[in-house]
Amino acid sequence: MVEDGRTAIDIRNVRKVYGSGGGAVTAIERASLDIADNEFFTLLGPSGCGKTTLLRLIAGFEATTEGEIFLYGDEIEDLPPFKRPVNTVFQHYSLFPHMTVAENVGFGLKMLGRPKAEIGEAVERSLSLVKMSDFARRKPSQMSGGQQQRVALARALAPNPKVLLLDEPLSALDLKLRQAMRNELKTLQRETGITFVFVTHDQEEALTMSDRIAVMSNGLIQQIGSPLDIYERPLNRFVADFIGDTNFVEADIASVEGGVATCQSAGGLEMRAAVVDGHGVGDRVTLALRPEKMSLAASANGGAATPGRIESADYLGTSTSYKVMLDGGVTLAVREQNPVDASTVLAAGDAVHVSIPVGTARMLVD
Amino acid sequence: MAVGAEQTRRTWWLLSPALLTVGFFMVLPMVILLVFSFMEADPYGGVDPGFTVEAYVQLLFERDFDDTLAYTGIYLGIIWRSIALALVATVGSLILGFPVAYYIARQNTRTQNLLLFLVTLPFWTNLLIRTYAWILILSTDGVIEQPLKAIGFLDGTLDMMYSNGAIAIGLIYTYLPLMVLPIYASMEKLDFRLIEAASDLYAGRYRVFREVIVPLSTPGIVAGCILVFVPSLGAFVAPDLLGGGRKLMLGSLIHLQFASSRNWPFGAAIAMCLLAIVMIALMLQARSSARRRAMEVA
Ligand SMILES: Nc1ncnc2c1ncn2[C@@H]1O[C@H](COP(=O)(O)OP(=O)(O)O)[C@@H](O)[C@H]1O
Ligand SMILES: [Mg+2]
Repeated sequence: MVEDGRTAIDIRNVRKVYGSGGGAVTAIERASLDIADNEFFTLLGPSGCGKTTLLRLIAGFEATTEGEIFLYGDEIEDLPPFKRPVNTVFQHYSLFPHMTVAENVGFGLKMLGRPKAEIGEAVERSLSLVKMSDFARRKPSQMSGGQQQRVALARALAPNPKVLLLDEPLSALDLKLRQAMRNELKTLQRETGITFVFVTHDQEEALTMSDRIAVMSNGLIQQIGSPLDIYERPLNRFVADFIGDTNFVEADIASVEGGVATCQSAGGLEMRAAVVDGHGVGDRVTLALRPEKMSLAASANGGAATPGRIESADYLGTSTSYKVMLDGGVTLAVREQNPVDASTVLAAGDAVHVSIPVGTARMLVD
Repeated sequence: MAVGAEQTRRTWWLLSPALLTVGFFMVLPMVILLVFSFMEADPYGGVDPGFTVEAYVQLLFERDFDDTLAYTGIYLGIIWRSIALALVATVGSLILGFPVAYYIARQNTRTQNLLLFLVTLPFWTNLLIRTYAWILILSTDGVIEQPLKAIGFLDGTLDMMYSNGAIAIGLIYTYLPLMVLPIYASMEKLDFRLIEAASDLYAGRYRVFREVIVPLSTPGIVAGCILVFVPSLGAFVAPDLLGGGRKLMLGSLIHLQFASSRNWPFGAAIAMCLLAIVMIALMLQARSSARRRAMEVA
């Protein structure tokens, strides 16, 4: 839900089925979401979950099978793509090969019939925004992927659209460039005040750039929330699993007190977690525990730590990832920051105590 | 250096079969024609030895009984009509062929193959027979006129046969596939996502066509125009059958000189003339595309 400000895009009960009869493919099962004006909104999900389809429905390249899409309050069903005040940065850039960079960037305004002087200014402004001013006279074929990507961005920004749709624009770039572009895109969005709808399958990208994220899978929106919401309070198994690393532990609810359940896992592990709607005493539930929230110690130190043994230790540079078999039989992944003296890092076979701070365990809907 | 010379010799050796083939089948006939055009006509066909420019003089002048030369525009007129009709045929097949090529390029691979086969199908039957079919269609009381008369839309005749229009129809019909195929070939490479990109950037249907589709299929359009214009200029089946010999074109004129008129040098001279026109047209095309490329670079 959008709490304050205007709603830029309102997607209501949208369903999209490609083809018909036996060959029909349901790309969007059912989707509803609001995107606020000036928001950096991300659609996150694995390949094939329907992200591109949702973007194409907003841009107008596909028609909805059911449901409506509103753009700043207006229903846009009947508007063809060239009448929607929305521009797209395509996954494969789709720059016009027969035009120079400047002609590509000026194309939108030229089609809108703007005067030459205005187009020239807008082209210069957009190119300097993406730091490509020196390339105005080049052809797309004379540039690297990263440069083409910037031009595609400038081309979509030049007509100053109300909404910018970006379909995995960074996926074809190498890691360093991708990380640099994340910051640039975020800055660009803040400076221009344009609403960004950003599609990605990369959780890190989504977490670092977005105001809000919609996690999708199999044509359904699984959860919508801020990056913090999505990471710290995943609603279901899919979201917890897709974003970050998670331990899933099956447990039975032993008692409930003030909205907090005490759960007992098969191995005798006791954890407390906030109850989610629809679950009560006696139910079997799934708890999610982030590996980095827990800690290991060689001795019990008197706290409420559970004893176990390290099965494997993977050194990851900044941290070490352990697999710990608890004495009760439950296996947990635990991640620890590496200490100053790396030689004190625990090794496979060591006996350890795992402490699980209150609030680590998160009860999932399913 | 020795290696260079060795390599050069090797290159020529390897090229020799191709050079011989081209020389034998293309250059030699041209040279023979050129030589014939400067020889004397034998009244029974063929040529007599001796050098004369008589054939070229005949293109512009008539020789009276008293051997004085009088200017005649007959042949120039035929040349002009040939160029005009070839242009009409080129533009006509472009207008018809472009949408056909576009449509084919947008189908899936299986449909594309089927449609391409259908486009080339007429090539599998004899050109004379196909052109005779057009006589049946266009002639007085033919396939078009009869039904019109039956429903009372027409009395008398449209008089479609033996006209420039009939020849143009014949030429377009004959050479349309040569327009469709190269345009299809360049459109098949066209990235249709660019069309979406253009419409995302506020280009309506016409602007998408004008700004993206046409520029990106220009190589095919140019190739198609050359492939239609050149043979149309020298065509003789359509002009002969549909023009009824009343509307001569260069091809029919040449045919006439080698067959019934038995004036081989004159026929050869007209053929040289045709060759010159084609060369000039190709040179103009090359010049304009070079200029376009230069403009793009600048
Ligand atoms: N034009 C189409 N025709 C048929 N099925 C399609 C079409 N486009 C996408 N799909 C299907 O719809 C589903 C969602 O695709 P897409 O929206 O491209 O996913 P994503 O962008 O998340 O990878 C996939 O199963 C895909 O195969
Ligand atoms: Mg996609």
